[in-house]
Amino acid sequence: MLLNQFLMLGAVLFCIGVYGVIVRKNAVLVLMSIELILNSVNINLLAFSLRNGTPDGHTFALYVIAVAAAEVGVGLAMVLLMYRNRRSVGLDDLSEMKG
Amino acid sequence: MEVLSDHNWVLTVGTFLPLVGVLIMLFIPKADEALSKAVAIGTAAATLAVGVFTMVQFNYDKAGEMQFVAQAEWISVIKSSYFIGLDGISLPLYFLSMVITLLVMIYSWNHVPSPGNAKAFYILMLVLQTGMAGTFIARDLVLFFVFFELVLLPMYFMIGVWGGENRQYASLKFFLYTMFGSALMLVAFLALFFKTGAESFAIPFLIENGGAIAKNTQIWIFAGMFVGFAVKVPMFPFHTWLPDAHTQAPTQGSVILAAILLKLGTYGFVRIAIPILPEAAKEWAPWIGLLAVIGIIYGALGCLAQTDMKRLIAFSSVAHMGYVMLGISTLTSFGMNAAMFGMVAHGLITGMLFFVAGSVKERYHTLEIKRLSGMLVQMPKLGWILGFCAMASLGLPGLAGFWGEFPAILSAYQPAPGLNVTVFRVYMVVAAIGTVLAAGYLLWLYQRTAFGEPTEEFAAGHGHDEDIHDVNKFEWIAWTPLLIAIVVFGVYPQLMFQVLDPAVGVTLKAFGG
Amino acid sequence: MFSASTEAAEVILKSGWFLENAFIIPIIPAVAFFLIIFFGKKMPMKGSEFGIVSMFAALVMSIGAAYQWIQRVNGVSEETYVKPIIRSWTWWQNDGVSLGIGQHIDGLSITILVVVAFISSLVQIYSTEYLHGDRRYTHFFASLTLFSAGMLNMVVAENMIQLILGWELMGLCSFMLIGHWWEEGANSRAALKAFFTTRTGDIGLLVGTSVLFFAANDWTQKTLGVSGFSIRGLSAWALSGDPSSAAITVGAVALFIACIGKSGQFPLHTWLPDAMAGPTPVSSLLHSSTMVVAGVFLVARVYPVFYEGMNIYGNSVNFIVLIGGVTIVIAAALAFVQNDIKKVLAYSTVSQLGYMMMGLGAGAWLPAVFHIFTHAFFKACLFLGAGSISHSASHHSFDMKKDMGGLRKFMPITFSTWIISTLALCGVFPFSGFFSKDEIIDNVGYAGYNFFMIVGLFGAFLTAAYMTRATYLTFFGEPRGAAAGEHHDDEHDAHASHDDHGHDAHGHDAHAHDSHAAHDSHDDHGSHGPRESGLIITVPLILLATLALGSGFLNAPAFGEKWENLKKWVEPRAEVVSVTGIAKPAGAHGETRLAAGSEEPVDDGHSEAADSGSHSKAEAGKDGGHHYSDCGSKTPVGGVCYAPQLKHAPFKWWKAGMSVGIVFLGMILSWLLCVQLYTRKNKKLVGLTERNKALGAGYSFLANKYYLDTLYEKIIVRSIAHPISRGAYWFNQNVLDGIVNGAGTSTRKTAGWVYRNVDQKLVDGAVNGAGTSAENAGGALQPVQSGKVNQYGALLFGAAAIGALVLVIINF
Repeated sequence: MLLNQFLMLGAVLFCIGVYGVIVRKNAVLVLMSIELILNSVNINLLAFSLRNGTPDGHTFALYVIAVAAAEVGVGLAMVLLMYRNRRSVGLDDLSEMKG
Repeated sequence: MEVLSDHNWVLTVGTFLPLVGVLIMLFIPKADEALSKAVAIGTAAATLAVGVFTMVQFNYDKAGEMQFVAQAEWISVIKSSYFIGLDGISLPLYFLSMVITLLVMIYSWNHVPSPGNAKAFYILMLVLQTGMAGTFIARDLVLFFVFFELVLLPMYFMIGVWGGENRQYASLKFFLYTMFGSALMLVAFLALFFKTGAESFAIPFLIENGGAIAKNTQIWIFAGMFVGFAVKVPMFPFHTWLPDAHTQAPTQGSVILAAILLKLGTYGFVRIAIPILPEAAKEWAPWIGLLAVIGIIYGALGCLAQTDMKRLIAFSSVAHMGYVMLGISTLTSFGMNAAMFGMVAHGLITGMLFFVAGSVKERYHTLEIKRLSGMLVQMPKLGWILGFCAMASLGLPGLAGFWGEFPAILSAYQPAPGLNVTVFRVYMVVAAIGTVLAAGYLLWLYQRTAFGEPTEEFAAGHGHDEDIHDVNKFEWIAWTPLLIAIVVFGVYPQLMFQVLDPAVGVTLKAFGG
Repeated sequence: MFSASTEAAEVILKSGWFLENAFIIPIIPAVAFFLIIFFGKKMPMKGSEFGIVSMFAALVMSIGAAYQWIQRVNGVSEETYVKPIIRSWTWWQNDGVSLGIGQHIDGLSITILVVVAFISSLVQIYSTEYLHGDRRYTHFFASLTLFSAGMLNMVVAENMIQLILGWELMGLCSFMLIGHWWEEGANSRAALKAFFTTRTGDIGLLVGTSVLFFAANDWTQKTLGVSGFSIRGLSAWALSGDPSSAAITVGAVALFIACIGKSGQFPLHTWLPDAMAGPTPVSSLLHSSTMVVAGVFLVARVYPVFYEGMNIYGNSVNFIVLIGGVTIVIAAALAFVQNDIKKVLAYSTVSQLGYMMMGLGAGAWLPAVFHIFTHAFFKACLFLGAGSISHSASHHSFDMKKDMGGLRKFMPITFSTWIISTLALCGVFPFSGFFSKDEIIDNVGYAGYNFFMIVGLFGAFLTAAYMTRATYLTFFGEPRGAAAGEHHDDEHDAHASHDDHGHDAHGHDAHAHDSHAAHDSHDDHGSHGPRESGLIITVPLILLATLALGSGFLNAPAFGEKWENLKKWVEPRAEVVSVTGIAKPAGAHGETRLAAGSEEPVDDGHSEAADSGSHSKAEAGKDGGHHYSDCGSKTPVGGVCYAPQLKHAPFKWWKAGMSVGIVFLGMILSWLLCVQLYTRKNKKLVGLTERNKALGAGYSFLANKYYLDTLYEKIIVRSIAHPISRGAYWFNQNVLDGIVNGAGTSTRKTAGWVYRNVDQKLVDGAVNGAGTSAENAGGALQPVQSGKVNQYGALLFGAAAIGALVLVIINF
């Protein structure tokens, strides 16, 4: 079956996403990387759903897409505000949370 | 439970009316301080009016039974309900909380402590009021806990924002201490809930079924409650938050803290811990008594060592609450009556003392006993009021303090059957010695601050003349009711005992009198 | 006589409005107190009118009650127990049982009511002049009036709690009045000391009341339907045979400790002399005639408790007698070395209170109560006399050695009242003190306390001696200091060579000083030499002196039984009274007015029945014609006793003669000594300091050899009286005061140590320690909290990876 390939694709996308989250300093790119991670999870969900022949995975995936959309919406809004306030979307400039 | 009155709305209204006031105040611009104050005071006055109505409607012939009972579904998942009621034990405290809040607000009219922001200050007091009143009427443990904790936050902010120099430390200490106690208390509540079959959090249900819990389990559950309540009282050795909190808190905070908040702990003992877990109460009683008398002596010694007037008064609270706890620990009607009376008396008297201390601080900008002297020369009225309160506080018969003190000492001679008589008689003598120490530190304080001539620093013509003035209008309005109450309850204590006594009798049913 | 509501077919006890409503008496001054506080300053007389009017009203009511009580007593036979008029209202409640407040009016309370109301009235009038223009005139009257309210309340008290109320109110007023001039540290310290010392004694009051309540309550509720606080209940219970000896002994001892504190008995008497820091009217009212007898009153009030608890008549010594006896001697010896006239009187008061206590301890109840009565008059008179002197003659000084002397010429009224009162105090026939004090001494001996009878006689000797000395220093000899019109005794030089025959010359001297003292005086009286006080001061003095002279005849067994009026009126009769009628309203705990009203006739009927049916008067002991009952010696059967059967010593002229002789001996010796010391000393001792006087006395003793008889006395007095009294004074000042001060200091130190080390370090340290360790842990993790989103992400995924790894490992 194609399950292995699907899982491989998912894993690759996930790794790219994690790499992006950790390395990139641009908030927009980080957001995109998070999208990648979420979608890698979606692929896994769909793959297992197909294999088990149940609709659970599909449902979850739909939820994740919806949540991701919302998350990106909020995230982009924050980035926009950040840009307005600081004229930059660099994450290194945001260190108010430093304890 | 039989409903004794149709007016079961009054308690709900009386408790939550302040929150309505808060809602209205949210729409008042911050700059318009006078309006904020007026609305807040109006709300408190309306609340008090409801309280007076409650008093009038209260059936004094059946003071031992719950009245104005209201019960509604609340959190059915955990079988907790909105269950409230009022009996002779709750009534005085419930009413006292309303009175004190209103008086404190009136006092605050021209005494908002720095950094100002009257609106927020008044809102906090209203929230406090809801929490305090709610605690005294709650008949459900979860509800009780919610109200009990609701009190915490406004007081935390009051100390932390409007407090003295060391306010952050003090407020945090207060918060952490109390939270620590509350956590154990909550665990105890949950254990109680499950041990009685996870059927209900209602206090009457638990009183009926709590006695059936195995004795060892009871003792552990009681331990959890004990810590929770003892921190609030505060009993030795859980008292160290109190002097700091009092010293740093603004006058209003100190007054509310002393007058009402401390009573939440003792009220918890009387209402929850002891009737629900009678076996454990008997086991714990000698230890509670021991800590109580240690508190009496220790608080008095602490007072003698103080150089700061407000801190001295704070320590005296430890001693006075020691009498209350001694009364409770005897598990007799004399002791309980004394404790309940003592709670109200202490609220009135120590509240007044903190008011006076606040006014002294406002005038002299210091509470160092060494620097104060000859208050009677500069401010005769304030000086006499301080003397009056000192006398009331040391338990002079004819003033309210006596009726909390003497019956407590009396009761320790003959504790409930099953308790070790010898031990309690020793407590009695120690507590009686405590009355002498109380006279010592209060009169010593009075002699040094009020008698003699004013110190050089504050003598006339040294730049303080404008600040140092006698009692002003708002202070009179705020204080007169308290002063009158101290005298009236002292002269005719039956006013309160007739309400307390039947309810105490019901509470002590498990101990055979 | 107003007819009572209790008129029934066979009423034998009369009552009346004043008796039924005696509870109003303390309420009058209490109301006046509030009037003075609120309106006093606006009144023309600054509030004093409220006080005076209220005291007169109280006096009128007391006298009315006294009259009706006498009627009541006269209406029955000599042996019948005269039921007190008891009323009670609910004051507080416990466990559904009402605890009352009300009145308990019998001969004892009426006696003290009259005394208190009378002396309060006089002192208030006196004070209008004495404190004229005082900065806290209104407050002064408020406190005086509140004091009277407290004292009167204590006297009419129906139960122990009400008694404590009055007791502590008096303590408060004592505090306020001693510290009346609180600007001076010494005054406020004295006030504090007084309050604190009596409060220490009050531990006993609280404990004793508690002990007795629990011991008695069951019995009293069952038998009489009253609580264990009730004075009537306690009295009956104590004699009922019910109490365990431990409970009643502990209760009695504890109560007596309170009496020691309040009535200035050894070893807690030290506050009383210091209390003289207050204005003189206060000393006169509170600290001699009324408040300080509160302890004696308490013992007399619940006498059966002490009778049983202390085993009076049982041994040759008991706690009360012992304390009383020690106090008499210790205080009298101290009075001898004082220079301050008020301190002499203060120690004298302590000593006289010792007599009263000793009397009570030896079963001489009536003489002790009678001594309260007479002592109040003459001691108040002496104090007011001292006040008159300081007011008009000595520039507010009370120092007899520096500022007085020779005043009898200038103050004839003060002088004569003083002399009358002094003779009364010394117990010279026929002044009032003779009839009370001598009776105490006599009865103490008669009851078998022989040693203490000697102590009493020795005390009488000392009393005579120190009062003679005080009189001599004040009124005889040459005027000194302020009394000579001077303001500083340093200028005192030219008088050295005068002996005691030179008064006339001194009179002139004094006038001469008058003129030159005018310019350097800084006092409104400075421009006057000594003179007699005005009418407002002298009239109270005259009234009191009259009573000091005459009040003894109220109970004068010397003239036969007919003269023993007070015994008839005041002493409760030891009769077994049936309780069947009383037990009935036991259900109605309230003892409400209604119950009391309806109870009375029933009870009277039964007491009548008990009268005829009672078994207990079988043997009418032939002792002055008094009947004996078993009360106090056997358990009463078929009823209760309210008072023990007391013994009365038959009056013997030879005994009286002996004690009066001792008094005269004391006076003469003291007089001679004073002449030697204070008139002659100037010859030899000019410029010598106070301490060298003892030496100097030795010198003058040598120098004046030709007064041989006197010198012998001088040796004896010097070698016995002085070392003892100085030793006692040293003990007083150093050991007792030292213990008090040391206890205070060490408590302060302990408190400081505990606070610093235990509270702040240990207990607080534990709390702070928990916080600190949490903080340290947080600090270690702080770098992780970089604020970098990427780093957070890395951590997140790292953690997830580790978690996944763990999962994989576990699953394999």
